[in-house]
Order: sequence, then C-alpha cells, then structure tokens
Amino acid sequence: MSILEIKDLHVSIETEQGTKQILKGVSLTIRTGETHAIMGPNGSGKSTLASTIAGHPRYKVDRGTITLDGVDVLSMSVDERARAGLFLAMQYPVEIPGVTMTNFLRTAKTAIDGTAPSLRTWTKDVKKAMGELRIEPEFAQRNVNEGFSGGEKKRHEILQLELFQPKFAILDETDSGLDVDALKVVSEGVNRAAEGGAMGTLLITHYTRILRYIKPDFVHVFVDGRVAEEGGPELADRLEDEGYDRFVSATSSQA
Amino acid sequence: MASAEMTQEELAQEELAQDLVPGQAEKARIGAPTPLAASNLRRIAGMNEEGEQLSEINPAGGPLAGAATKSHSHGGGVGVPDSSRAGRLTSYKSADFPAITGREEDWRFTPLKRLRGLDKVELSGAAPTLEVHKPIEVAVETVPRTDPRIGTAGIPEDRVSAAAWEAFTEAVIVTIPTEYDGGAEDKVVTLTLTGAGETPAASHVLVHAKRFSRSVVVLDHRGSAVVSENVEIVIDDGAQLTVVSIQDWDDTTVHASSQQAKVGRDAKFKHVVINLGGDLVRITPSTRFAGTGGDVEMYGLYFADAGQHFEQRLFVDHAVPNCKSRVTYKGALQGKDAHTVWVGDVLIRKDAEGTDTYEMNRNLILTQGARADSVPNLEIETGLIEGAGHASATGRFDDEQLFYLQARGIPEDVARRLVVRGFLNEVIQQIKVPALEERLREAVEHELNAGAL
Repeated sequence: MSILEIKDLHVSIETEQGTKQILKGVSLTIRTGETHAIMGPNGSGKSTLASTIAGHPRYKVDRGTITLDGVDVLSMSVDERARAGLFLAMQYPVEIPGVTMTNFLRTAKTAIDGTAPSLRTWTKDVKKAMGELRIEPEFAQRNVNEGFSGGEKKRHEILQLELFQPKFAILDETDSGLDVDALKVVSEGVNRAAEGGAMGTLLITHYTRILRYIKPDFVHVFVDGRVAEEGGPELADRLEDEGYDRFVSATSSQA
Repeated sequence: MASAEMTQEELAQEELAQDLVPGQAEKARIGAPTPLAASNLRRIAGMNEEGEQLSEINPAGGPLAGAATKSHSHGGGVGVPDSSRAGRLTSYKSADFPAITGREEDWRFTPLKRLRGLDKVELSGAAPTLEVHKPIEVAVETVPRTDPRIGTAGIPEDRVSAAAWEAFTEAVIVTIPTEYDGGAEDKVVTLTLTGAGETPAASHVLVHAKRFSRSVVVLDHRGSAVVSENVEIVIDDGAQLTVVSIQDWDDTTVHASSQQAKVGRDAKFKHVVINLGGDLVRITPSTRFAGTGGDVEMYGLYFADAGQHFEQRLFVDHAVPNCKSRVTYKGALQGKDAHTVWVGDVLIRKDAEGTDTYEMNRNLILTQGARADSVPNLEIETGLIEGAGHASATGRFDDEQLFYLQARGIPEDVARRLVVRGFLNEVIQQIKVPALEERLREAVEHELNAGAL
C-alpha cells in the first residue's frame, strides 16, 4: 500500500497584480484503494492543488510538504513525479503537434516503467483500452489532442490513466463539459483503473454528478484555499441539495 | 510577445478557399457560370471568372511594373496583370533589374545589409570547390561558360541571380545518360561544394537527366562562402530525377541559390531543400512544366538557430495541361532573431487544364524571439482543374506542452526531441536515401543539442 500525504500546504502564484495566495494550509492523506472527492466553488483552490501535486511551474509552494510513501515530492521534477506514480488527468489537455498518440503513449509508458513495453501485449492493451473508452482506432495515428473535441480529450486522459497504472490519480474536473454518455464511459474507465485497490484517486469536481458513477470514500469541501468541511459520501449528497452557499456566506461573514 | 507572426498576405490568403476542389467526380469548374458549378462553390473573395485576383504586389508605379516588366517578361502572355508571378521580370543581365531597396515583393523579408554585396558588387571570388562522388556512367564535367548546354532551364528571376550569371567563369555539368537506372542507393551522385572563402563569388551548376533515366543528385554545400549560385535542372521526357540541395554551411556564410527546373513530358521531379547552416541562405526554386503529364514534388526542411535567416521562395509554373505538383515545407526555429521565410507561388495558367496542385508550409517555433513568415500564393487562370489548394500554419512549442509531456513521465530533453523529430520527420522520410535520411536526423539532433535547452 502507498500513501500520499499533503501537510499544511500553502501555495501562491504570480499575477500582474502581484503575488496571490491560493492554498492557505491544506492537509490531506490518501491511501491506495481510497477515493477522495474534492469539491468546492470556483476559485477555492481545487485545481491549484492538482497542478501543485503534479509540479506545474506556475505554482509556488510557500510552506508545507507533499510526500509519497515518505519521499519528498516537492523536490522532484515534473517527470520524476510521474515516474514515481502520480498521474494528473488535466482539465485542459494541450495539443502536441507532430507527435502521434501511438508514439506518445509508447514513449510515456517506456519512461514510466523504465523499460519499453513488450510490443505484442502493448498493442493489444492499447486497442482494448481504446475500445472500452469508445475511442475510434484512427485516433492512434492522430497527433496528441490535435483537433480533438473536449470529450475526446478527456477520454484520452483516462486512456492514459488505464495504460500507465499510476499509484495515485488526480482527476482535475474530468467531468466538466461531458455529456451523460461520455461521463459514464469516463467513469467506467476510472473505476476499471481503481479496481483491485492498487490505485488511490483524488477526484476534483465542481459538480456532484460524477459521484453517482464514481463512489467516493471521503469528501473534502474546499473554500478559499482551505478545507472547510470533511466527511463521508453523505456530505456530497448534502452538497447536491444545498450547494456551496452555506460555505461561501460563512467565509464572507468571517472576512 | 507572440513570436509566430502571420503576415497580412497570409491572413488574406487564408480567407480564400483552402481547397478549391468541389469534390464531385467531374472536373472543377471554378468561376464557370454554370448552375452546377455555382451550386458547388462558395463565392470566393478575390476570385472572378478570370481566376484569382491577387492584391497589388507590384503596383503600377512600382519598380517591377509597367513597360520594363512587359518588355522583359518571358511567358507573361496577354492579359496577365503585373501583380501576377507570371509578370515578374527575367533577364540574364543584372543591370536590367533596378537596385534592390527591400521594398520589392521578392526582397521585402531579406536583410539586405547581410547580403555582403551579392546584390551590388562584382562577384570576383573563387567558386566553391567541387568534390564528386558518382557512378561511372554519370558524367560530371567542368566546362567554360560558353558551353552551349548552359542556359536551357530558365532565365534569372532576380538581380542576384543575374549577377551570378554574368560573373561565372566555369560551370559544372552533370549528365545522367538516357535510360540509366540510378535508383539504387549506391548510385547517388553527390557534388560536395565547399566554400572557397568570403570574397563574393558566382557559381553555376547544370543537372541534365536524359530521357527515361532515373537518378538522385545531391548538392552538398559546406564551408564558408559568400556566393550567388544558379542551378539549372533539365529533366527530359519520361525521366525521374531527385535533386537534394543541402545547405550545411558555416555560420558566416551568405548563399543565394536560384534553382530552376524544366520538367519534360511525363517526367517526375523531386526537389528537396535542406537549410541547416549559414548566416543568410536564400533559396529560390522555380519549376516549370514543359510537357504534359509531369509530376513534381517539392520538399523543404529548415532549422534556424539564433540570428540565422533562412528564406525559401518557390514557384511552380503550371503552363501545360495535366500536370501534378505537391509542395511540403516544414521548418523549426529556435533562439533570438532566428528568422525563416517561406513564400510559395503556384500559377495555373489558362492552358493548364487538369492541373492538380497542393502546397503546404508548417513552422514550429521552439523558443521566444524567433519569427516565421509564411505566404502561400495561388493564382488560377482556368477553372478546368483537378484541384488546387494550399495550407500554412505556424505553431509554438510552449511550456504547457512541455508540462503535459513531462507529467507523463517524459524528461524535458526527450519531450523536446519527440516533438521536433515527429514534426520534421515527415519531410526527412520523403528523401528515400537512407544514408542521407540518417545524416539529416543526426543534424536535427545536433541542432537540438546546440539550442539553449
């Protein structure tokens, strides 16, 4: 079993108006086999947490630690984090000209595993995973994300999740912009990857809708860069009924 | 901030139809006033019954317009507007061309100060030295300028080319014999042209592929030079010829090269331009179809580093019916003031019915501070064509792409290589000479290593 620990995390970004604090002391512990949902209104710092774990250079860690099985994640480069077993399914996957999906998937798999995958089983695995995610075979020869629709990009993120088999998957609003059919396909993919309990999931979402398909063990509500409330799946149900108003007004009255 | 700049021309051109094939089985009847054609076609800005009307590149008062142009024009024909590529002045005498100011359409991107006098001084330096690697059947001769074979492919189209034509003393002539089969890799003809110093010089090469021959000729430019070069390429009926021109010069070299090809009936011509080294390299390939059934592929690959200016301006002249042309140029840029220019002129003349043409340019900007200009021009004077299209795009390898690839476990240097290799490989794999392809892949790696990564 692996454990991803985030302790007292403070994160800021540089903007044209100066330094802006976004995370103001976040602590979370995720074990493999667990699914944690992180919910919250816009601007509460959910996506910042995801990008910071992955090591996006825009986010500056001012205080706190992130460790994977006790090893300091913050001192690792972006690619080292991925090779250590962290996977970020991005909210807005970028287009990479000149690199086909086939070439990209194999290169990434080789980098993560340290050895090239056996050609025969790899091709079979890719085909099977693509089929299950309803990705047309022709996409294998297209450049990474180039000309993909929003839904196609999200399905390709989950394709990678299934093929790379990380220890921890961070899904940054993977459900945003998906219709209900695509949402089901994507959720099934995440559930397949989590099957067997070898993966921990950090599911970042604005809506409760995806939680009907991916059952969280824990729910954390982010408000203004802090965890405002934590609980089990029942907290998500309550949010579905009440929305975030209660948290937002509580914050503004404190301020 | 944005270093990928589209020129006005490009924006204007992009608004024209990207692909002028109506799609149905019958021939395209662009601009033809029949109900059928009308239903197939959008109303295209800049098009009328006569074909495409380009913006005024050489306005009436400009240096390349008016009586001077018409009196020197070879093949302009009746009713061709002065702005057409067909109306461009051609002459063997540099004095016929006005002094270059930089305002001319064909010089406006070139940093004239860095031409080191190629446009104004006497080209008295020694031509690059020649080293030949060839099969025994192929003749390579050095001949005096009076040799009657010289001057068959085309007439100089600019002042620098004309200056070289006036100044060269000896020419190199490569002759591929009739029905010679030089398709195998060990039969590649390689001329290594090594710069003989930086006194401005003229150089002249003629490649003649005789009827039904098949061959590959490589012009490998190296060393240090300031040189204006004319390359004549004559492909006789039914011949297949590949010419690869590699510019792998030292950093200080200035090289202008006009490469004019005349493509015979049912001949196949593949032209590959590789620009890797030099301070200023300006290649102007022009291909003219002299007989029906000709097939031309023109490829280009360029990789510009900080401060380098690589310019490629090509012309495909569809003057006769039923010929096909494909143009694919791809470039990568890195470093401050790396500048590339691609201008693709394709002219489909009135008689060139059944023409099938497509031209494409792609640029990949790897760092801040580099600039790529890309201008596709398509002139169509007949509607009875198979197809005509163009495409141009300039993209940037940015921090977000790097982050994406790294977030999948791929180290930064591998990520950058992955993108650049994939991008340029499309051109490299078209050369079909394995040793040369390998050398170019290595050259791309070398460029990547040299860049500030």
